[in-house]
Amino acid sequence: MSTGVAEKTQKTIGGIRRKFAPWNDPQAVPLIRYQNVTKRFGEFTAVDNLSLDIYEREFFALLGPSGCGKTTLMRMLAGFEEPTEGKITLAGEDLVGTPPYKRQTNMMFQSYALFPHMSVWDNIAFGLRQDRMEKGAVAARVEEMLKLVKLEKFAKRKPHQLSGGQRQRVALARSLAKRPKVLLLDEPLGALDKKLREETQFELMDIQMELGMTFLIVTHDQEEAMTVADRIAVMNHGKLVQVAPPAIIYEQPNSRYVADFVGDVNILDARVESIAPGAVTLRAEAAPDMSIRVSQECPAKVGDTVAVALRPEKLRVELDPPADPSVNCLSGTIWDIGYLGDLSIYHVELPNGTRVKAAKPNLTRMVERPITWDDKVYVSFTPDAGVVLTS
Amino acid sequence: MRKGLSWFNVTSIALGFAFLYIPIILLVIYSFNASRLVTVWAGFSTHWYWQLFQNQQLLDAAWVTLRVAFLTATIATVLGTLAAITLTRYGRFIGRTLFSGMVYAPLVMPEVITGLSLLLLFVAIGLDRGFWTITLAHITFTMCFVSVVVQSRLVTFDRSLEEAALDLGCTPFKTFFVVTLPIILPAVISGWMLAFTLSLDDLVIASFTTGPGATTLPMRIYSQVRLGVTPEINAACTILIAIVTVVVIIASVMTKRQEMERQKAERLAAAEA
Repeated sequence: MSTGVAEKTQKTIGGIRRKFAPWNDPQAVPLIRYQNVTKRFGEFTAVDNLSLDIYEREFFALLGPSGCGKTTLMRMLAGFEEPTEGKITLAGEDLVGTPPYKRQTNMMFQSYALFPHMSVWDNIAFGLRQDRMEKGAVAARVEEMLKLVKLEKFAKRKPHQLSGGQRQRVALARSLAKRPKVLLLDEPLGALDKKLREETQFELMDIQMELGMTFLIVTHDQEEAMTVADRIAVMNHGKLVQVAPPAIIYEQPNSRYVADFVGDVNILDARVESIAPGAVTLRAEAAPDMSIRVSQECPAKVGDTVAVALRPEKLRVELDPPADPSVNCLSGTIWDIGYLGDLSIYHVELPNGTRVKAAKPNLTRMVERPITWDDKVYVSFTPDAGVVLTS
Repeated sequence: MRKGLSWFNVTSIALGFAFLYIPIILLVIYSFNASRLVTVWAGFSTHWYWQLFQNQQLLDAAWVTLRVAFLTATIATVLGTLAAITLTRYGRFIGRTLFSGMVYAPLVMPEVITGLSLLLLFVAIGLDRGFWTITLAHITFTMCFVSVVVQSRLVTFDRSLEEAALDLGCTPFKTFFVVTLPIILPAVISGWMLAFTLSLDDLVIASFTTGPGATTLPMRIYSQVRLGVTPEINAACTILIAIVTVVVIIASVMTKRQEMERQKAERLAAAEA
């Protein structure tokens, strides 16, 4: 994605994306509704009384560790699993009992599931032919899809004559060809290498915008979910933990689980000392001689034990003490350093043995006084860096 | 480590091959013997092959055998494939263990018992013994072999291929014919070939279930051998060996070539990426 045209579409897409928030609009009618859906496999509950609304044109991500029920939730929409209890509707239509071949959803499989005995062309045309679409229209649609995924030259090849990235594109083209109401993507980029995966994420977003379709993606890769999705649902044990846009998931996690699962985080146990409107003062067990100030409405009472989540990139590591070391300043010694090129990660050991991670961007090529092992350092942060978590 | 083979390896290989192939080589050589006596070499001749093609009884038997084998292989392949699908796909239905045991029992059942019990059945229900009873009996004992071959392929079959077809609007019935069957076809074909050869050379079960007018080639050869081995039989066997060898060579060359082409294509695709 380095051409001028691509950058231009990227810009307009960015503009649309910023304004797109139907979940905040009480008038908006959801396209997909899960209503109190439960799915049990014998004794095991994969999805536990879950309700979720997904809106038209949304790029929605289901994120969670393996076994959290995200794939089952998606497969119930495709029709490969039937809910044990509850109701799923798509565009107002009750889906329960409808077999997969009668649903207006299409899925891109993790293994791509390309038909090995058919050419790229026939793979893409497969779904259209099932609808008894007229020949000329099939050809036109297949050409259009091949162009969309830039595989015009490969139409006659068999899947085994393609590279992994090309197979992934064929799978995408095949699932898009029927213009489904929802495209389901099951770990679509898991088999690609890192660079190709990042490129493809942006391409997926472009394609989703271009076709104006609703995408539902299942992934365990939080970076992928953050990049592509309008909203993310973080799942655990068959339940939704938090459903929100990526920035809110990252900056305002609602629980330790979300804070820990999405991105890197330091979690300090602390007691609430005083509460003011829009401000909380706490004292951490790991650093009893300083107080922590967080600028947010406090979700707990004075005296409660809560958790303060601090993202590593919001912590400053310095050799000299800040102006007021009694507030929002942890002191300790450097225990380990990870040099990543763009960033350095410092593991700082506090006097009681707790370790805190802080990330520092390497803004200049040379540093006069580099921070090194066993240095005594001060880790400071601003009041809006921390998040108080009660669960 | 030393390169090449030690004398021990060479000897054991030579002895092994000798053990397996000397009888067959002798048989082939003596089929070209001019003498009537099997053990005395009297010069090269194709006389016995001409003789063979005049032997109407033997030719009739060969025709019966081929028809039985073809029908058996075809029906056993259909039934065996269905059984394999049921066993791999429908998880733990009630009676699955019994069903799988019953499918595979003929695999280990002594042929004499299979033959005898089928004979008793045919007598009991008053079925006239002949061509059809042999065919039925052969289907019964070859089906499990087809089932084993097809099942081993189905175990590694990616179910998401079928799900993808369903997802794209294809009914389950059609999915089987346009997706599943084409992909497992090589296994189905080898199952067919296995059933064909098993039926072709079966003597025991055929002898139990045959009736007047339905003599298969192995039965005919066996009854002639009882009157003494003639070079004519050697010639018949040589032709059978030739047919089997040619089929096996063709099949393996085809598989090999396909595999090489696939690897080449994959290398090309990887190089382009």
